[in-house]
Amino acid sequence: MSKVTLKVNGQSHTVDIEPSTPLLYILRNDLGLQGPRFGCGLGQCGACTVIINGNAVRSCVLPASAAKGEVTTLEGLAQNGKLHPLQQAWIDEQVPACGFCQNGQILTAKVLLDKNPHPTDAQIRTGMASTLCRCMTYYRIQAAIKRVAKGAA
Amino acid sequence: MIDFTAIPPEVEAALASRRSFLKGAGLLVVTLSPAAAQAGPYPDPNFRQLDSWIVIHQNNTATFYVGKTDCGQGTGTAFRQMMADELDIAFDKTSIIMGSTDTTVDQGGSGGSDAIQADGWPMRRVAAEARRVLLQLASQRWSLPPDQLTVRDAVISAPTDPSKRLTYGELIGGKRFNVTLAGNNVNATTGVAKLKPVQEFKYVGQSPQRYDIPAKVDGSLKWAVDVKLPGMVHARNIKPPVAGAKLVSIDESSVRNLPGFVKVVSKGNYVAVVCEREEQAINAARRLKVNWEKPASAPFPASEDLFTFMRAAQPTSRSQPTVVGDVTTSLAGAAKVIEAEYDVPFQGHTAFGPAHAMADPSNGQLTIYSNDMKSYGMRNGVAAFLKIPRDQVRVVWMEGPQGFGRTAADDAGFEAAFLAKELNRPVRVQWMRDEETAWDTKGPAFTFKLRGGLDAQGNLVAFDYLAQAADYNHVGYNEADSVLIAQLMGIRRTPARGGGDEPDEMYSIPHRRMASEVVSLPLIWETPLRTGNLRDPNGPQVTFASESFIDELAAAAKADPVAFRLALLNAGTGDDSGFKRARSIACIKAAAQAYGWDPRPSPKRVSKGDILTGRGVAYSFRSQTVAAEIAEVEVNGKTGHVWVKRLVCAHDCGLVINPEGTRRTLEGAMLHSLSRALHEEVTFDTEKVTSVDWVTHPSLTHADTPAQIDIVLVNGDPNPNRPDLPHYGAGETACKPLLAAVANAIFDATGVRLRRVPFRDQRVLAALKAAGI
Ligand code: FES
Ligand code: FES
Repeated sequence: MSKVTLKVNGQSHTVDIEPSTPLLYILRNDLGLQGPRFGCGLGQCGACTVIINGNAVRSCVLPASAAKGEVTTLEGLAQNGKLHPLQQAWIDEQVPACGFCQNGQILTAKVLLDKNPHPTDAQIRTGMASTLCRCMTYYRIQAAIKRVAKGAA
Repeated sequence: MIDFTAIPPEVEAALASRRSFLKGAGLLVVTLSPAAAQAGPYPDPNFRQLDSWIVIHQNNTATFYVGKTDCGQGTGTAFRQMMADELDIAFDKTSIIMGSTDTTVDQGGSGGSDAIQADGWPMRRVAAEARRVLLQLASQRWSLPPDQLTVRDAVISAPTDPSKRLTYGELIGGKRFNVTLAGNNVNATTGVAKLKPVQEFKYVGQSPQRYDIPAKVDGSLKWAVDVKLPGMVHARNIKPPVAGAKLVSIDESSVRNLPGFVKVVSKGNYVAVVCEREEQAINAARRLKVNWEKPASAPFPASEDLFTFMRAAQPTSRSQPTVVGDVTTSLAGAAKVIEAEYDVPFQGHTAFGPAHAMADPSNGQLTIYSNDMKSYGMRNGVAAFLKIPRDQVRVVWMEGPQGFGRTAADDAGFEAAFLAKELNRPVRVQWMRDEETAWDTKGPAFTFKLRGGLDAQGNLVAFDYLAQAADYNHVGYNEADSVLIAQLMGIRRTPARGGGDEPDEMYSIPHRRMASEVVSLPLIWETPLRTGNLRDPNGPQVTFASESFIDELAAAAKADPVAFRLALLNAGTGDDSGFKRARSIACIKAAAQAYGWDPRPSPKRVSKGDILTGRGVAYSFRSQTVAAEIAEVEVNGKTGHVWVKRLVCAHDCGLVINPEGTRRTLEGAMLHSLSRALHEEVTFDTEKVTSVDWVTHPSLTHADTPAQIDIVLVNGDPNPNRPDLPHYGAGETACKPLLAAVANAIFDATGVRLRRVPFRDQRVLAALKAAGI
């Protein structure tokens, strides 16, 4: 066990853990976050996605000690009590079915749009391709992303 | 850091105050200590009491309590719409509590697409009864007959006397109705009030947004996976490396010194390791040395030999065939006879999040926090499994990853309950991805053999259907003797059950025989190939075969596939009252119109270039709901890749409660079946399942998503404006025709008939090559 310091959603936390522990378990079990969830533990589905240094990162395969930089989770996306435009678009399009995958969908979409504010349909398909949804809400997710991309300056 | 309290306290407080309310303790109380909140016993709420269903609050809002669970299709919102309309209260002044066994009546949780079709009726009736009782209370207070009063948005007034105005809250807020209802079972629950004609509904037929969505996009929802309790520990299972292997010994010393180690628990062939922290349990489960003895013979054939095995197998049971006319003689005299065989492999539920549950043995009771779609079944099953009185067990239903039938055989809930009793501590169990994908319940594999006869004019005169389902020992109702942990402990349910299935359409075919058989694989118990209720659970397979075959017959008759089907529906021989047939015709026509279908036989004549395009149609009933679907495909002749570019669904489920919610449900159902059509297959060798993650059991992705999906909600009722227009289910019908629609479109594009699911690139390419394309 050793001390690892993490900066998550603007706050610093020091936890005493085995440093190879995947970040996901620290976020969920030590910091009590509910956005990132376990889906596969293999980096294949996107359920555990967080944003680190502007990249969508799969926290189930990232050792906590390797999480260098500010971690943003779904809980940290709203600013000053206002939902991120993607979160609002998710409500307006009524995207989620069960909703279990939507953490990964929203955060992956945010990184996609941050890097490319006006993606083509093909770029959305490719950019989102490895973020899975078993309720198959893909059509609505893509509509919500396009809604935000259209509104972006 | 987490502050460990009995979580979720708001849930506990609400449940406890609810229980005391149901016991008759007048006003709602919400300040209880955690211990008092948890204390049982937990008797069933009485469905014959109006108070079990509806509470009116002093602020003139209402809470509905229903024994259903919402697996992400928005049924909770739909129930609120139906009940708000019957109660005459604004939709946004209502809330709903679902599926927790000690606070909501037992309506069975979810399953069978029956939420709106069956369970919606008692909900409407109790809400109407509450409205009637409230009117009566006002009438007594004012000494005016009820028919001189009106209600609007939970306010009662007397048009003859403007000074008279009372809200529901003023009349009864926070107090009990104390009204006894009638009905022999929960579905029959009724008061004496009449239901409203559908024309008077304000919210039914509108699309209020789902109340559960905001908390799912801002991270604030507490899911079943999020429950944490003081003193909790984490468990992980160790599964036999070969299906059917026997546990010989466990070397506990292999994990005893690992950090956080608590205990190894085993009984029969069930093995779990328990640690203080989650990652410790995962690590310990990987490191635990267990000595297994392989079974004497192979548990199953390898997946590439499955269909050969099934066709040669002696059936364990046969259905009574459905017979019309004389199919044998008719085939012998037909101008043209077509034969075809179809295969559908095992396909997994592969829920997005693996099985999980938390069980708390505090106070000598057992509380299970779970996303089980059939929470009541789990309560009953766990009580029987652990031999404890039913009212000492409760299941608190919370949201989770969709199940589509997986949580109807909710192994993790039983495991958590068992381990919590063994350790006398709250235990959280979660399966790993490889465990879930390999060992979850499976949709049964099918083989089909079909024969059809056309007369000289190309009319279908004979249809001979035989299905074989690898469905021996089907599980899926949370019984104490069928969940996997019970099987691993040596508990055996006899007799086993399973079934085949027949197509569900309304074609008039003068001579028809439809039969189905069940075949068994060698290993019946403790098998990762045990079958369960995968969304329908046989319809996608059966409809793939039957509607592909109808297309083959249409092609043989050189007829347009839509016209060929309509001719079979319009021919008035035999069959029913015309009710289902009329709705079939309406849906097929609506789909063809929405698509812009140009009538011509398949396949298309000209096929040029690398990308071949085509369109295909298929249709099916499920219960009283009908769907006709059209797929438009692009087939890449170089790679074999199939992209379904456009989907159309015309759907008639009677009265639609929430059109936008229904559209999304149908889109999801079609894409789920598209995933089964293009990607999904359980693979295994002669020892174990080898499809264990999202690479080896792939799923549809964003890249596969159609560019356009059109949904047409049809009301094909012969009397479309009737005031009692029924509401049917929408959860599963749209899953059924899709596989055939895609296969038919591929045939239209390429002239190549795919008779084996899934249509992965390599298989399609091989078929194109074999046909010289
Ligand atoms: S849980 Fe991390 S990618 Fe699936
Ligand atoms: S909404 Fe259920 S898995 Fe995506």
